[in-house]
Amino acid sequence: MAVVFGRTKGLTEKQTHYCPGCTHGIIHRLVGEVLEELDILGKAIGVAPVGCSVFAYEYFNCDMHEAAHGRAPAVATGIKRVLPESVVFTYQGDGDLAAIGTAEIVHAAHRGEKITTIFVNNTIYGMTGGQMAPTTLIGQKATTAPEGRKEELAGKPIKMSELLATIDGAAFVERVSVHNVANIRKAKKAIKGAFETQLAGAGFSIVEVLSTCPTNWGLTPPRAMKWLEENMIPYYPLGNLRRPEGGK
Amino acid sequence: MTKVLMKGNEALGAAAIKAGCKYFFGYPITPQSELPEFMARELPKIGGVFLQAESEIAAINMVYGAAGAGERVLTSSSSLGIALKQEGISYIAGAELPCVIINISRGGPGLGNIQPSQSDYFMVTRGGGNGDYRHPAYAPATVQEAVDLTMEAFNVADYYRTPVIIQGDGMLGQMMEPVEFNEPKKRDLPPKDWATKGTGGKREPNIVTSLLLATQDLEDHNWKLDRKYKEIEKNEVMYEMYRMEDAEIVLVAYGTTSRIVKNAIETLREEGIKAGLIRPITIWPYPSKAFDEIPDSAKAILTVEMSTGQMLDDVKIANEGRLPVYFYGRTGGMVPTPDAVIAKAKEILGGVE
Repeated sequence: MAVVFGRTKGLTEKQTHYCPGCTHGIIHRLVGEVLEELDILGKAIGVAPVGCSVFAYEYFNCDMHEAAHGRAPAVATGIKRVLPESVVFTYQGDGDLAAIGTAEIVHAAHRGEKITTIFVNNTIYGMTGGQMAPTTLIGQKATTAPEGRKEELAGKPIKMSELLATIDGAAFVERVSVHNVANIRKAKKAIKGAFETQLAGAGFSIVEVLSTCPTNWGLTPPRAMKWLEENMIPYYPLGNLRRPEGGK
Repeated sequence: MTKVLMKGNEALGAAAIKAGCKYFFGYPITPQSELPEFMARELPKIGGVFLQAESEIAAINMVYGAAGAGERVLTSSSSLGIALKQEGISYIAGAELPCVIINISRGGPGLGNIQPSQSDYFMVTRGGGNGDYRHPAYAPATVQEAVDLTMEAFNVADYYRTPVIIQGDGMLGQMMEPVEFNEPKKRDLPPKDWATKGTGGKREPNIVTSLLLATQDLEDHNWKLDRKYKEIEKNEVMYEMYRMEDAEIVLVAYGTTSRIVKNAIETLREEGIKAGLIRPITIWPYPSKAFDEIPDSAKAILTVEMSTGQMLDDVKIANEGRLPVYFYGRTGGMVPTPDAVIAKAKEILGGVE
């Protein structure tokens, strides 16, 4: 029988711990496929965050380094600066990157650090049980915002891609989503573009991936996909915000 | 080899480079800024990297990454900056990576001031971050010793896969003394086959982590770390016994304070008072065994520190209640004078039958 679909070499055979319907699995697969297709698994070093994807080091089939909460871009900087020929990426959630790790991500971008960041935004702290994140939408309920996020108390949700796109060292900035097949394909293209930016030595690259959290949102996986499309995309518009000159 | 006159902070940097360290990540803070400034000038010349981070926290996490990638790496800071680095130091200890951290300490708590102080003793000898860990901490008294211990520290870090602290103070960092660079004793260093350098498609992936979710796994890991620390305690203790052979009063002091105490001892001896010094060179592991070598002539112990009494705890532990223990300390950047130490020693002996 002909094999028409198989596991990418970019991922290990370890079964993930992610909740049913969580889109981390899709995003892991896209990153794994890109690493395989660009033939860079052997020189890739990934940096895992603290949050739902804390065990990412067990799933990516390359050397991995587990960082402290928010510090992945600093750890990645240390690795890349001593191994400039390697391909270094961080995989971070919105609590990790957009709250405790804002200084590290802003300055990694500002230095034009030749690393790639996969930023998974599901508007909530998943691993710790559904607390409000800087990215939580106005009115969205969270365990630490029981009546929904209020602007007068917590401000508006932070738009990290727009913020980072103001920084010259950020060569590639794009926001994508994985709520349907068409967008999954676009997401893969963006992730590939980000890694190609690093390979070209053009500077810092980041892909923000809008993601779901059915468990903490209290929605079924299909309804979570719909919620993402109807609520997140209007506030977090998809598209490329920066790419290297002459880049595709 | 001819000696060169060097400022403490610069000599520390030069020693690190001589030891094969090509990478430095740091953040400016007085009174140690000459060290990163020296590295910024020198490292590019040898194909290394100096990077000024956005914070001490970022700097130590860059060290964490570089150490994980298998390279000799250094960071330096002062007191409150070292406090910020404790997050990363705990991760580095947990993940069992080698690196060297230099603390040129200043007065605290809080912003304190920029004058010399020894009030970081607890932070650097107890495992200053979260969790069950320790790391070696060397306390040089001269610029030459700072050079020797820094070169040794890189070997110790690699040998045991542990962060190592060099604990100095503003006086040591700012003073100029003649130094020479000598090879440290040879150690059979294990290969860094755990490093995340990329698999090259030739081996299974390496993983650097301090996360062990299963309780039994973490307990096993903590006892493994503990066995390593016991090994360090057995092999790496360093101390100096100075004029101890017939001492009636045993002074205990480390770092720059020990030099003041040595001056006091000379004067005391000229006046017929037999004083001696135990000088810990490693403040962790603590040289408790030095206290077993105290001669029968001794009547009392006097601990002298630039703090309100932190090493004092270790002195009491090591003394095991054998002799009365006294303390003299200055703090806030005030430096003990030999005269004050002499007066305290006389006061104690006058009161000890």
